[in-house]
Amino acid sequence: MKIGFYPGCSLEGTSREYNESVLALGNALDIEFEEIKDWNCCGATAAHSVNKELSLSLPARVLALAERQNFSEIVVPCAACYNRLTTTQYELAQDEEKKKRISEIIEMPYDGSVRILNVLQMLQKYAVDSIAQKVTNPFKHSVACYYGCLLVRPHKILQFDRVEDPQSMDTLMSAIGANTLDWAFKTECCGGGLSVSRTDIVSKLSGNLLKDAKDRGAEAIIVACPMCHSNLDMRRPEINKYLGEDIEIPVLYITQAIGLALGLEPEKLGIKRHFVNVNLI
Amino acid sequence: MKNISSNVTDELQAQTGVKVERCYQCGKCSAGCVLAEDMDYPPNYMIHLLQTGTKENLDTVLKSKSIWLCLNCENCVGRCPMEIDIPKVMDFMRERSLKENKQSKAAKDIIAFHRSFLDCIKFTGHLYEIGLIVGFKARTMHLWQDVKLAPKMFTKGKLKLFPEMVKDSHNIKNIFSKTKK
Repeated sequence: MKIGFYPGCSLEGTSREYNESVLALGNALDIEFEEIKDWNCCGATAAHSVNKELSLSLPARVLALAERQNFSEIVVPCAACYNRLTTTQYELAQDEEKKKRISEIIEMPYDGSVRILNVLQMLQKYAVDSIAQKVTNPFKHSVACYYGCLLVRPHKILQFDRVEDPQSMDTLMSAIGANTLDWAFKTECCGGGLSVSRTDIVSKLSGNLLKDAKDRGAEAIIVACPMCHSNLDMRRPEINKYLGEDIEIPVLYITQAIGLALGLEPEKLGIKRHFVNVNLI
Repeated sequence: MKNISSNVTDELQAQTGVKVERCYQCGKCSAGCVLAEDMDYPPNYMIHLLQTGTKENLDTVLKSKSIWLCLNCENCVGRCPMEIDIPKVMDFMRERSLKENKQSKAAKDIIAFHRSFLDCIKFTGHLYEIGLIVGFKARTMHLWQDVKLAPKMFTKGKLKLFPEMVKDSHNIKNIFSKTKK
């Protein structure tokens, strides 16, 4: 079965290992992806911060292209893209006039019928029952599952998992043998898009959550968002400077952790692309 | 009698659907806001300023640092007992602040980043990190920031030298020109 695939910009650049691990895992689980042709950036934080109409038009073009390829559902691994696409679909479904106007702007028919899945939803739908049987190398580590903001909020629009104490990632990690920890920062913000413009803020917010994960005995932090990953991984020197200690806990995408448990080659999961070494294998 | 102030709250409601007068100042938004301590006005106080509906207080909001620091993490609306969509108000205020040229000087780097980001998308349709950073440095003159990061990103295969281009670049340019304010 073929599912539409929207990688988004991060997955072709700073988060290449997320792309590699999603595709490798899809392959292992017989999920066939087909990329949306000629897709564009979703506009991310920048667009909705300064131009509302642009912030609806860019995701609408992606969704319209998916409709043109007759996809009934698309997988959007980046939590930020997932949030922007879902929010756009919701807002245009509420307002017929706005929908017409956006369709004129993007010069394409737009219906709003495509089902948008994040990676956790995809795994819940297509893999959760079979993963445990396919595990060859149980992931026997204590992990802090970090959902961040964009996967779960706003709940009214995304309708995904529990807003304060989500469980989907924990369930998947338990299925591959991990010990999932209770911790306080599951859905706190890492500092998101301020990584370049206010690195000091990112160091503080990401530092606070990393510290809590460490204090509770986490051997790894598991994520499903490229921004959470790059802030916690690439900004580690700044974070450690803020905390005044050297925390070496690695940050893995859920697709990498599951891939390792299914016996896929670390190389194919992009494990070596991290700045903080993954010394769990 | 309709006072001058109601124009502000009326327009906010017409544009965003958010009724700020529903807020009863419980402060849950500010309690859960990860950046409240870094803001000049915490979220509940911003809503209070808007509730008064005066032009003067609207200006205080438009000139604030808070609207640019807000990460749109949505914690506030997630916990608001009245479901007041503060992030939506923040988006509206940011756009208005730029339109009226009232943006806080303290937010200059954040705004430079957003503008450099959108420039990239306008020209390539995708985010192109090198273009983004060059644009950001040109706008802010932070020439030495993160210079150590680039070579490491490159060796890890995380930095592409050339941008990915959307084929239908005409379509992207049209989207930008049609949505230009």
